[in-house]
Amino acid sequence: MGYLSRRALWGLAVLLAISLVVFLVVHLSGDPTALYMGPEGTQEDYAVLRAALGFDRPLPEQYWHFLERAVRGDFGRSLRHQQPTLPLVLARFPATVELAVLALTLAVLLAVPLGVLSAIRRHSLLDTGAMVLALAGQCMPTFWLGILLILVFAVQLRWVPVVGAEGTRALVLPAVTLGVWAMARTARITRSSMLEVLNQDFLRTARAKGIGEWGVVARHALRNGAIPIVTALGLELGNLLGGAVITEAVFAYPGVGRLAVEAVVNKDVPLIQAVVFTVATALLLLNAGIDLLYTTLDPRVRLAYRHGA
Amino acid sequence: MARDAVDAVVRAPDLAADLEGRRGGGGRRTRVFLGSGGARLGAAVLLAVAVSAATPRVLAPADPNDQRLLARFTPPLARAAADGPRALLGTDQLGRDILSRVVHGARTSVLIGLSAVLLAGCLGTSLGLVAGMRGGLADQLAMRLADMQFAFPFILLAITVIGVWGPSIRNTVLVVGLGNWVAYARIVRAETLAVREKTFVDAARALGVPLRAIVWRHVLPNVGASLIVVATFGVAGAILTEAGLSFLGLGVPLDVPSWGGMLAEGRQYVDTRYWLALFPGAALFVTVMAINLLGDALRDALDPFVQTRQGRTSVDQL
Repeated sequence: MGYLSRRALWGLAVLLAISLVVFLVVHLSGDPTALYMGPEGTQEDYAVLRAALGFDRPLPEQYWHFLERAVRGDFGRSLRHQQPTLPLVLARFPATVELAVLALTLAVLLAVPLGVLSAIRRHSLLDTGAMVLALAGQCMPTFWLGILLILVFAVQLRWVPVVGAEGTRALVLPAVTLGVWAMARTARITRSSMLEVLNQDFLRTARAKGIGEWGVVARHALRNGAIPIVTALGLELGNLLGGAVITEAVFAYPGVGRLAVEAVVNKDVPLIQAVVFTVATALLLLNAGIDLLYTTLDPRVRLAYRHGA
Repeated sequence: MARDAVDAVVRAPDLAADLEGRRGGGGRRTRVFLGSGGARLGAAVLLAVAVSAATPRVLAPADPNDQRLLARFTPPLARAAADGPRALLGTDQLGRDILSRVVHGARTSVLIGLSAVLLAGCLGTSLGLVAGMRGGLADQLAMRLADMQFAFPFILLAITVIGVWGPSIRNTVLVVGLGNWVAYARIVRAETLAVREKTFVDAARALGVPLRAIVWRHVLPNVGASLIVVATFGVAGAILTEAGLSFLGLGVPLDVPSWGGMLAEGRQYVDTRYWLALFPGAALFVTVMAINLLGDALRDALDPFVQTRQGRTSVDQL
């Protein structure tokens, strides 16, 4: 079987597992009808609603029905917004993507050069300082950092409003908050990956050929050290998403994460299911994209797939 | 069987070397560990957190849920009442003493952090051991399950489950524990595969030691060092996750003092009363930092990888 089709099958299996978990969670809570109706409903009200929603059918039948509709992108109507759920989720997607892309860009632009410099000037003041900062960044709770940034830049310095900024200004603090963790981790991984590459024979050869040290680093070391960095950044996407849920809550930022929290707090089951599904699908596609990126970074990976396929 | 036994005897020098590798360097490990300033700093902070968690009533000046509305928003170091003692870290929007709540919050964080890691560690270790020792289908299944868990949007599922089941300490431990077993399973499986091939395991098998005893006496002690390192970082992660969930209102219930919950309340008053959010966040940050410092030192002391391959460690690659 080809690599792509194996990959697609795997993605399908993951989605199926997620669908089962999301479906079961709602049913393991006891009577799911209670999530759709307040405590004031009478026995008759419950019976009518249960039949209307299909909760009186056998579980496997309900699951099949759920899957059938999910495949068509139909997750039912949001209980709170009284609209189909999928458009609601998709409408919030660009804001979160914008936030995550900016956070990741910040992380790459700052962390990769810092990690490279740390590796070249190992044990220097710069290296020690950068790694202490990176450790602090990794231990920093996202929501506390967000609050501190609001305290300094919005309350004390008044550079941005506390809530409700518009345009690019609204993005800066959330993106920094979200990006710090990725930044810290990327800096540490870039450093260790570069340290490993810098000692290898082909770099000694490159130096012996008379290429300047910066040429050696840029053209030979970074290219070879890039694979663990890209892997880490790929894994970071999932973390960014988790961070986005909290960052969006701190800054009242209108993205998918905040929609998810609102849906959960309101027990808006169809909306929760739509959010989890859409995000899971997006993550799977992104990760597949990153895997394809490896083949351009490292031709050996492509060869391995051809032989293995 | 007889040939295995002979083989084992013939390879006795190997066995001695294996034991040397296992036991030797104990002094070096202690030296590396104690020699690290980070480890000492981390241990000191954690001792304070542990004491707070164990005996919050002794350390806290007041009941963490004692509301005194007349004394709400008392700034740090001011007196909550004209003749009363000074509130060291101030009071919150309900007049509750923030220092007392931070001290009691340590108990919530430590309790959930340790329980979640215990759950994740037991689950992951069992699955990793089965996968590593049995191989074949069991291995395939466990590792596919691990891959699958990595592809799950964890935080979304966590808030969904807690949203439906309701916020409680038990549910938080379950969600954080069940969401983090993969690292333990991966590392135990990898180390089991390596240990399984060692001469002393061959020797034990040749002597007729049952599989269960081999696992307990030979395999587990050998994966122990890596497990301790992963679990240490795991506690930091679990504490952060619990605080994040509580911050969203989907962790522990509101009447249990928790750093995440305090931060959520403090967020609402951040523009005028900075101390509500500042102190619980600082407690969280310092605790997580201390655990990480300790974890780094433990890894340097226990993980032979670090000695040979500059900084690149098995834990970093998880």
